Amino acid sequence: MRAEAVSYRVHGHTILQGVDAHVVSGEFLGIIGPNGAGKTTLMRVLAGLARPTAGRVLWQGRPLTELPDRERARRIGFVSQNPAIGFGFTVRDVVSMGRYPYRRLFEGWRAADQEAVQAAMAATGVSHLEDRPVTDLSGGERQRVFLARALAQQPRVLFLDEPIANLDVRYQLEVLNLVSGLRERHGWTVVMAIHDLNWALRYCDRLLVLQAGRVAACGAAQSVLNEDLIATVFGVKSRVERDGGRAVRVEFLSV
Amino acid sequence: MTTLREPGSARKAAAPAGLSQARGRAHAALLRPLALLAGFMGLLAVSVVVATAVGTVQLPYGETARVVLVKALGLGWPLDPTYEAIVWTVRLPRVLAAGVVGLALAVCGAAMQGLFKNPLASPDILGVSSGGALGAVVGIFLGWPLVNPWLVPGAAFAGALATLAVVYALATRGGRTDLATLLLAGVAVSSFAGAVIALLYHFVEDGVLRQIVYWLMGNLAGKRWEHLAVMAPPVAVGCGGLWLLSRELNLLMGGEDDARALGVPVERTKRWVMVLAALATGAAVSVTGVIGFVGLIVPHIVRLLIGPDHRWLLPASGLLGASFLILADLLARTAFSPVELRTGIVTALAGVPFFLYLLAKRRAMVRWS
Repeated sequence: MRAEAVSYRVHGHTILQGVDAHVVSGEFLGIIGPNGAGKTTLMRVLAGLARPTAGRVLWQGRPLTELPDRERARRIGFVSQNPAIGFGFTVRDVVSMGRYPYRRLFEGWRAADQEAVQAAMAATGVSHLEDRPVTDLSGGERQRVFLARALAQQPRVLFLDEPIANLDVRYQLEVLNLVSGLRERHGWTVVMAIHDLNWALRYCDRLLVLQAGRVAACGAAQSVLNEDLIATVFGVKSRVERDGGRAVRVEFLSV
Repeated sequence: MTTLREPGSARKAAAPAGLSQARGRAHAALLRPLALLAGFMGLLAVSVVVATAVGTVQLPYGETARVVLVKALGLGWPLDPTYEAIVWTVRLPRVLAAGVVGLALAVCGAAMQGLFKNPLASPDILGVSSGGALGAVVGIFLGWPLVNPWLVPGAAFAGALATLAVVYALATRGGRTDLATLLLAGVAVSSFAGAVIALLYHFVEDGVLRQIVYWLMGNLAGKRWEHLAVMAPPVAVGCGGLWLLSRELNLLMGGEDDARALGVPVERTKRWVMVLAALATGAAVSVTGVIGFVGLIVPHIVRLLIGPDHRWLLPASGLLGASFLILADLLARTAFSPVELRTGIVTALAGVPFFLYLLAKRRAMVRWS
């Protein structure tokens, strides 16, 4: 997947400006940057949910926007930051929605659909909640339900927009472990917007650093993060611990 | 897909045994909506028979049911000609017209509430009813009822569809329809149509004014089989089409972006939902005039009972909407007999207190996210 000179403007505001990016098959790509840098927009454009105002996004050499919605959804999953749902749907209802791109009109519920839904709920640890309305769940439980819905989609590339922002530290670890485990086992590609630089260092292969709609840096996670970059992009003084030249930990000192 | 790893502690399920268990639970979850649908169908059958039997001449229920069944199934059994005339020629067309209108408004109301994710939405929200009213009133104003009885319904239908076209064009930029804009445009165009109608009041005689007011309050009196024949096809296409879009409506409840991520062709779905709803609502409104509250209240009641899944919600709303309007019309005919009330007044007078009672009891009705 490759973005070429992508720009995105709404109502005269430029959100992305000439962004070149590529996603390598099977990698764990982290997108970092301060609030308002355009992380979510870049993810939506890369995932084919928003049409860039200039430039293009290619999926295996073809423009992504040429792909019908259903076919795109079998390849690309997207978990948004604050997923919403009308009241009353149960966990099973919501996770089953992940099978939408596989089912034609009038087509029954097949064993493959059932298995995918069960496996997705088991993997995210929400099987025991399946009859509960999603609106009754805690933030962390909800987050995992929506992750399960994306897993039921069985995509090859999974986009996660700050998937751990509302979770306690245990679920943060579980979600990140789960995602990187899925990636290793099924060869999925994961693209994740994330605020926590230490988690980013620990889990991501590569980092793309966005600042005000432009790519400030991009490269292997351990080499791209340094004190200067953090100072320019986030405006924070920091100390990056290194182990043999590779960044392993970021400590924030002051603004 | 192979088995996924499970996090942390627990739950080695998802083996074949767990799978069949899960399927059993999924089947159990089907029982309730199926039972409710059957119940609503029974209610509708009872409503049809009761509403056909009760009137200035009271008919026995059994005989009424017999006439309806024999005629509907085309059996050649002998029937009492008086009963047959009253049931088949006079009362049943009106009862069925009420049913079709109630069904159309309730299904479209449920679909609009889902599309706009707004509990206040109703079939009127696109301005279709007001546009239809304006078309009809202009037709009445120009004296068309004297030329041909079908001109006014025709004008109403044209007004309804024209309103959708205007509202849709206002809210669509570059192939994307903004629902918030659509909502505002619908409300604004409705108000404008209302103002034009009010303006016309100044220029008509009392007799015409009465006709207009009657039309605006909804009117099922004197509906015959021809009215049904005209109204039923667009209502069937509209409501059937909406039902086929149930899954898309379900996914849209989670927001457009998430629906798109799950593979829903969002813009195409929105367009079709609006066109189909306008078709059904427009057809209903153009034959009977504006009947409020059915499309707002019935889906909420059904949602409390059957849940938010549009695959069940839409047909169940249709059935209950049909019964509701049939019974409301019965009340309109009989409450102050021989004076007939406008059906629209009864739906509001009878439906709203019940709705408010539910609202007070079940706050879940307004907790939409």
